[in-house]
Amino acid sequence: MIETQNVAADALPETCAALVRDRHARLVVMTGTDERERGRGYGLYYVFALPSGDLVSIEAQVDPARPEFPAVTRVVPAAHWYEREVKDLLGVEPRGHPDPRRLVLHDDWPHGLHPLRKDFDGRRGVGRDPHPHEPLTGVRGDGVMEVPVGPIHAGIIEPGHFRFGGVGELVFQLEARLFYTHRGIEKAAEGAGVERVLFLAERVCGACSLSNAVAYSQAIENLTERHPGLRARIIRSVLLELERLYNHVGDVANLCAGAALQLGVYQGGVLKERLQELNAAVAGHRYLFSVACPGGVRRDLDAAAQERIRRESVAIESEFRGYVDALLETESFMERLVGTGVLDHDLADELGAVGVAARSSGVARDVRASQPYAALRPGMVSPVVRTEGDVRARMLVRVEETFASFGLIRELLHELAEVPPADLVTPIGPLPSDRWAMGMVESPRGENVHWVMTGASGEIARYRVRSASYNWALVPFAVAGNLLPDFPLINKSFELCYACLDR
Amino acid sequence: MLSLLRRRLRLATVTSRWPDVPAPLIDRAQPVFDPARCDLNGACARVCPVGAIVVDTRFALDRARCISCSRCIEVCPTGALAQGLTFAVPERTRSDLVEPRAAVATKGEELASRARHVLGRSLQVRHLDAGSCNGCDWEINATTNAVHDIQRFGIDFVASPRHADVLLVTGTVTRNLEIAARRTYDAMSAPRLVVAVGACAASGSPYPTGYASGEGAASILPVDVFIPGCPPRPEAIIEGLLLAVGRIVRAR
Ligand code: SF4
Ligand code: SF4
Repeated sequence: MIETQNVAADALPETCAALVRDRHARLVVMTGTDERERGRGYGLYYVFALPSGDLVSIEAQVDPARPEFPAVTRVVPAAHWYEREVKDLLGVEPRGHPDPRRLVLHDDWPHGLHPLRKDFDGRRGVGRDPHPHEPLTGVRGDGVMEVPVGPIHAGIIEPGHFRFGGVGELVFQLEARLFYTHRGIEKAAEGAGVERVLFLAERVCGACSLSNAVAYSQAIENLTERHPGLRARIIRSVLLELERLYNHVGDVANLCAGAALQLGVYQGGVLKERLQELNAAVAGHRYLFSVACPGGVRRDLDAAAQERIRRESVAIESEFRGYVDALLETESFMERLVGTGVLDHDLADELGAVGVAARSSGVARDVRASQPYAALRPGMVSPVVRTEGDVRARMLVRVEETFASFGLIRELLHELAEVPPADLVTPIGPLPSDRWAMGMVESPRGENVHWVMTGASGEIARYRVRSASYNWALVPFAVAGNLLPDFPLINKSFELCYACLDR
Repeated sequence: MLSLLRRRLRLATVTSRWPDVPAPLIDRAQPVFDPARCDLNGACARVCPVGAIVVDTRFALDRARCISCSRCIEVCPTGALAQGLTFAVPERTRSDLVEPRAAVATKGEELASRARHVLGRSLQVRHLDAGSCNGCDWEINATTNAVHDIQRFGIDFVASPRHADVLLVTGTVTRNLEIAARRTYDAMSAPRLVVAVGACAASGSPYPTGYASGEGAASILPVDVFIPGCPPRPEAIIEGLLLAVGRIVRAR
């Protein structure tokens, strides 16, 4: 159930603040829309989750003649990046926002052009404006240096630009310039069919492809109120846990890379590879592309596939246990993780951290527990929480969740064996006009929210993807006060993806 | 550390035997096409989300665009399209990736001998993400794991374009990466080769081209080898690199 409150744009900060204060709500996603064609203005939607798991949407319309509103960020800090995005992409100004710089659009993007306005033609290229090259960090003083890194990095990783401000190896401030891999997915979805957008949703992020595909499918299913049957839902849940497994296991291995522990990289990498080959064997794809669709799933898990998952999960689980035990005994490695890259609990809470990063700093957020979906029922998953907030905590949360996933998969397979073969796709029919709905999935990186609004004739008018990689907003806080050489380690402990943030 | 070493001693060798034995079969590989069964009804072209199939007076499937979603196979009423089970092989030109293939291969032999001549047989590779979904990048990473072990072919990844013989490009070349991508290429010393990995770099097809997303590596760089797939399997990426350097042994 979603409770909706329409307010005047000027009342947004007060209404949102009251919701957080009085009902302990937290901001899940915020979206701006261009509804001028429908005789309205710019729409602003702030969706909050209550402790019960119910959602509350605070909505306002902004007059196109005066495209501005009082920033909610001042009272609900978790809105900070969303409101900057609304400014960039829609040209609607959050008045009094503490950080009015550009976020999605880079410096050479011409002023006054906003890609998500309906009168902007997303199919054509846009020229570059000359712009001055400015230092990003505000750190000044004797012996202070600004070290630029990226956007192209030395490893096989995604692009992003970092400026480390500090003295010697000590970092005072980190500024990240992201959105290099911005592919315009949300714009491309406007007016596109449900099918086409599915294939875009899968490619928001290769490493969390299935989570994104399922979150998108759920949004469509919530719009049409046509939901998948039990068998399809169990298959979704099993495969989503397989996605978590190869990511979590790979992320532990990657942490070893951040500390130059080659044996750890190598042994963990082999386990990740086995899990991905398991994906390929049972679902046809190492990254689980082309598996989910609105209304259900595109393939069955037959008895042989179920047996293969069961067998492999037992074998890989025991290998993983041996691997983790060996890592925990490697003091030179574990020492580097303790007290490194601490993310403060209150900061994580207030800035809207999700996923492993939130849970490692004592913030118990896990969509699987708070808004159970697919085949999950309340109580089936309990969030794994630690309080230290450092790199080690993020590693241990992943480790514990990995074991929990192995168990959950076997539990789900047990249920699947009882369900007779059935139609795996519920026909979803046409989309209703002028409505919005969303889907939420706990991806390996955390909460992914896909928000879909339809237009006058039931076409997709706005597609908004809020991936767990918005956690990027938190990384600079965890890096300040650490040594520059520890950055790769801290970065890998968050293991965020650029692609799903940049879209 | 000792416990990791002890554990290593107990583990068997995991290295894949590809190309001596074929890669595992997968069933979200690109479709196979049987011209004898095709009646040019065009159902496939209408469902393809990325415009990889064109049917007019003849059928054409552009493997550089295909994201192996299998939709065309599901709707093909005549069985002319069927599920492929092996990865689509890398080629030296875009037109070599169009099925059914034109008869003559192009500049292949000449490139092979040039590459052999200038690069010898070992390769230093620099990866460049020019705006991908991260899937291809993870598969490139997987080529370095102990199973695929790309180093057994004398191929290694280097940290700087200045040390590289080959630029391995993923992504569609987004607006925000175009300048960085050109600079990375410019920083390499000649002779240098460019290999485009995945549907994004090979054609840009996964995302509609527009204000943000581009049309792949060939729109700004001279691409020597195109590796189809979304993403290509690690074996396909290795095969593409071997093809680039003129050492290819086709395993099928
Ligand atoms: S992307 Fe490839 S598999 Fe999918 S419909 Fe097009 S040609 Fe067929
Ligand atoms: S080709 Fe496919 S897997 Fe590779 S980056 Fe593009 S969308 Fe991702």
